[in-house]
Amino acid sequence: MFTIPDFADLQLLIKGCSAADVEQALHNEKSDIHDLAALLSPAAEAFLPQLAARSAAITVRRFGRTIQIYAPLYLSSFCTNRCAYCGFSAENKIERRVLSIDEAMHEAEILHSRGFEHILLVSGEAPGKLGVEYLEEIASKLRPRFAAISIEVQPLDEDEYARLFKAGITSVAVYQETYDRKIYDQVHLSGKKCDFDYRLATPSRVAAAGMREVGIGALLGLSDWRLEGLALGLHLAWLRKHYWRTALTVSFPRLRPAEGDFQPLVKVGEAQLSQLIFALRIFDPDVGLLLSTREEARYRDGMIGLGPTRYSAGSCTAPGGYGDAEISGEQFSVGDHRSMQEVCSDICHKGYDPVRKDWDATFQEN
Amino acid sequence: MLTIAGRTFRSRLFGGTGKFSSSRVMKEALDASGCEMVTVALRRIDLDNPEDDIMSVLDRKKYLFLPNTSGARDADEAIRLARLARASGGGDWLKLEVTPDPRTLLPDPVETLKATEILVKEGFIVLPYMNADPILALRLQDAGAAAVMPLGSPIGTNQGIMTAFQIEIIINQARVPVVVDAGLGAPSHAAQAMEMGADAVLVNTAIAVAGDPVRIARAFAMAVEAGRDAFEAGLGEKRVDASASSPETGLDFLR
Repeated sequence: MFTIPDFADLQLLIKGCSAADVEQALHNEKSDIHDLAALLSPAAEAFLPQLAARSAAITVRRFGRTIQIYAPLYLSSFCTNRCAYCGFSAENKIERRVLSIDEAMHEAEILHSRGFEHILLVSGEAPGKLGVEYLEEIASKLRPRFAAISIEVQPLDEDEYARLFKAGITSVAVYQETYDRKIYDQVHLSGKKCDFDYRLATPSRVAAAGMREVGIGALLGLSDWRLEGLALGLHLAWLRKHYWRTALTVSFPRLRPAEGDFQPLVKVGEAQLSQLIFALRIFDPDVGLLLSTREEARYRDGMIGLGPTRYSAGSCTAPGGYGDAEISGEQFSVGDHRSMQEVCSDICHKGYDPVRKDWDATFQEN
Repeated sequence: MLTIAGRTFRSRLFGGTGKFSSSRVMKEALDASGCEMVTVALRRIDLDNPEDDIMSVLDRKKYLFLPNTSGARDADEAIRLARLARASGGGDWLKLEVTPDPRTLLPDPVETLKATEILVKEGFIVLPYMNADPILALRLQDAGAAAVMPLGSPIGTNQGIMTAFQIEIIINQARVPVVVDAGLGAPSHAAQAMEMGADAVLVNTAIAVAGDPVRIARAFAMAVEAGRDAFEAGLGEKRVDASASSPETGLDFLR
């Protein structure tokens, strides 16, 4: 079982990292956890351009001049958890909806007509409103239309993931939010999500169930981002050792303004976010790195080619929001308001190919 | 001329379609490479869509499409993809890739052999991507593979021919053409493979991600030709001690 060291112990790895350690880490052909610590350390801040160059070189070699494109489809805003930072938190007075299968298909059709081939189904945690049967049904209906279907919903059990894989879902994202147990307990006020260890073991259950890909991540703005980065590195390395058939991705959601009056507990600026992305890329050349529309267009354009490999585009975070632009109840407000076509054309301008289809439903048996 | 499954190729350089910055750059680079066979990932293309960004820019009269099963984790998945590709007009040619480890993308020998046996029976022209294992090459050949495609080093690594010793054995033993695939990062690597006697090489990453893909494609084409010429001309044997080009071996004692 994967366990995470106490953040106070992780701090010891980063503390005392010198400029020489950073330079060494930049020159090593392979990096270990000590190199990652050096690359995440305050000493590495002065080397940000070097980190960017190394990260860019590794990324182009492994992924070529391409960026994968996907869109989230929000299915439900019902949630039984109270999470201090989230717009869907049970105590927030927002208009809540769960899309019927027909409504969800309508939203999916809109995304399909806009040219999306990879769709990410998202929902809050309310198994009574949206459970495995619902996801199974929607996946089997989406399968003929989309090349790839991912989910970002409540953590499930291994047999449930196996069912969803059979139904056509190939990838699961489940973010720990924070690997800092103390902070985790502070911001998760009630609900099933309070169980830190069940959530931490979720990526293993996903992989054990045979899913193609598992996405992990930490919500930036809750605890020390350097230590979250180190924890992500440890988690990646552990998953690689134990589930070698599973592709891995990491996401870097920075806290966005949302319903409720929560303010980030720590500030993570663009330079820090970039350092984190570069460090993880250098640490793990093969991991897919996601940069969503939480970030502004200017930043996302600037990061093309430097590390991230997958962008969402034209996103709306309220269930039903693609068909009805007036709809309220979004999870958070996005930072990049461009359409998919605009995002793709800007990617092309940077000399990269926006790839919409990089999977095929026929890999799996019907 | 190179012949695979009864089809002849003037160029011994095969191309790929992944990792390019745009389909326009891809087309220009492939045109410049002079290659006549290009591999296309079935996961990336939509065979049913005539406007597919990769398929629509490449002239199928000029290039033989070699669909590949990249992403397949086992024989069943590869076979399913192959059948579907053929049903959608993808043809009989197939680059079989079974790569269960998404990190190294190294080929699974057991599943590759299994899939080859089945697909050959179904009439596919199978070119399996394989690790540079001489016995596996023989087994694949016996199973009916039209060529074997041993790797120089893992895909996308640009490390060159790290498996030279085994590839030499494969070349010496094989009845079917040997196409060195994966890991060729520089024209000199391609030339080395050809000098060793490989029948062809397949190059993708090194062309797609180069600063100037069109120019590097031309460079690879020249290197492949040079290497082949050298092989056919016959290279001097290697030896350890120096050998003067005008020998002055002291034989003046002879009467």
